[in-house]
Amino acid sequence: MYMKFIENVKADVTTDIVYMMCPMHLLKLEEKLKELDEGQILEILTDYDGALEDIPGWCAKTGNEFLGLEDSGDYYKFYIRKTAR
Amino acid sequence: MRKCYFDHAATNPLHPQVFDAMIPFLKEDFGNPMSVYDLGIRAKMAIENARTQVASLINAKPSEIIFTSSGAEANNFALRGIALARQNEGKHIIVSKMEHHSILNSARFLEKMGFAVTYLPVDKYGLIDPDIVKKSITKETTLISIIHASSEVGIIEPIKEIAMVAKEKGIIFHTDAVAAAGNISVDVKELNVDLLSMAAHQFYGPKGAGALYVREGLRIVPLIYGGIQENGRRAGTENVPAIVGMGKAAELAKAELSARMGSVKKLRDRLVDGILKVENVYLTGHPTDRLPGHASFCVEYIEGEAMLLLLAARGIYSASGSACSSKALKASPVLLAMGIPASLAQGSIVFTLGTDNSDDDIKYLLNEFLQVITRLREISPYAKGWGVWRKVDNVFRKSNGPFYKPQECW
Repeated sequence: MYMKFIENVKADVTTDIVYMMCPMHLLKLEEKLKELDEGQILEILTDYDGALEDIPGWCAKTGNEFLGLEDSGDYYKFYIRKTAR
Repeated sequence: MRKCYFDHAATNPLHPQVFDAMIPFLKEDFGNPMSVYDLGIRAKMAIENARTQVASLINAKPSEIIFTSSGAEANNFALRGIALARQNEGKHIIVSKMEHHSILNSARFLEKMGFAVTYLPVDKYGLIDPDIVKKSITKETTLISIIHASSEVGIIEPIKEIAMVAKEKGIIFHTDAVAAAGNISVDVKELNVDLLSMAAHQFYGPKGAGALYVREGLRIVPLIYGGIQENGRRAGTENVPAIVGMGKAAELAKAELSARMGSVKKLRDRLVDGILKVENVYLTGHPTDRLPGHASFCVEYIEGEAMLLLLAARGIYSASGSACSSKALKASPVLLAMGIPASLAQGSIVFTLGTDNSDDDIKYLLNEFLQVITRLREISPYAKGWGVWRKVDNVFRKSNGPFYKPQECW
C-alpha cells in the first residue's frame, strides 16, 4: 500500500487525538464518521505512527475513501471521505 | 470518651447517601464498564451519570472530566501531561511555594527532565501576588499551576486574577482545587482555568476517586497508558463504586454547599476566637480569605506532634501541617515560605471542621486545648528559655526568656 500525501483539504469535521494511543484512532474514526453525512470529509489529527497503516486499512475494509494525509511535523492529519453507510 | 473529628482536610467520613449509592456497584452491579452486555452497560451508564454530576459541581461539560484515582494523580497528570505536550513551545513552568507535594514533586521530576521551574514566593498570609506571577513569565513559559486553597493554612488564592495573567500571555493554567472543590463555590468558567484537580473524599465522597477537569480541545499527554477508558486519556479499569460515590458526593455538595459553608464557618469563627485567647498562639493564613471550616495556628514553645498526640488521647483528632511534613517531623515548607520561623512553625496545629461537628465539640476542644497547652508548656524548655543561646549586644548569651518573640501576628 502506498501513502498518499495531500494538502489544503477542507474538512467538515476535525477530531484531535494527538497523544492518544492505539486503538483510539480507530475508535474515534468510527465514532466520528457515524456523525457525518455521506460525502463529508473527516480530519483526524494524531501522532500515533500505527495510524499510517491502520487508517487506510480500515477505510479499505469498510468502504470509506482514504483521501490521504498531511505531515505537519509533530503529528499527522488524515483525511477520510465518508462513502459507506 | 468523647470523640471529636477536626481533621476534615485529611479526609471526611462518607455521606450516608454516598454510601447507599455505592453499594450496588460493590455487589450485584460488578460489571466492567467496557463489557458490551447489560452488566457492563449499567456500570458504564453509572460512570457517565457520575461524570455529569461532577461536571455540574464545577460548571464544566461532562466530556471535560477525566476520572483519576486521587487528587494527587490529577495533579501529576496535569503538570506532566501539559508540560510534555507543550515542550516544543517552551520548557518553563511556574508553581508556588504553597503547593501540595503532588505538584512540587512533579515539578522536581520535570526539572530532572530538563524543564526550568519557578517556585513563587508568598506573603505572610500565604497569598500569591498576581503581579509576581506576571513578572515570572518568560518566553519559554507554557504552564502555570497554583493551588486554589491551602489545606495547611486555609488561604484561598486569587485564582481568577492569576488565570487572567496566564490567559493574557497564552499560557495554560492549572489549579489544584482538591481542598476547595465541594467546600467553596468553584466554577471553571468564572475562574477561567484550563485544568483543575479535585478529590472525592474532600467532600464526603470515597477515597480512591479524583478527577481532572481538562478544558475542551486541550491536548494532554496521558499519565497511564493502556485501554480506552476515559476516552483514551487515562487507562485502567474504572473504580466504579468510587466514581459513583464521587458523583453522588458532588451532587450533594452542590445542593448543600451554602448550608455547609455557613454552619462550619460559624463554628470555625467560634473556635478561632477561643483559641486566640490563649497566650502566644497565632492564627496562620489569612483572617478572612480562608476555607470556611479551616482554623490553623502556631503555638509558641510547643511541638505540633506533642499537641496532636495529647489531644488525640482526649478524643480530639487534628493535624499538624501537611501529613507529609508531619510524618517527616520537618517544619512545614509552606509555613517557612510564609516567613514563619522554623521554631514557631514546629508548633503548627490545624483544625478543619465538617458538617458532623457541633457547638459542644468546639466547647470540648477549647477546654481540652487549654489544658494540653498548659501541660506541654510546663515541660517545655523553650517556654522557660532553657538552653537557648541568643545574640545580645553582639555576644551569645544563654537566654532567660522565650527563644523567639514574633514581631507580629501571623
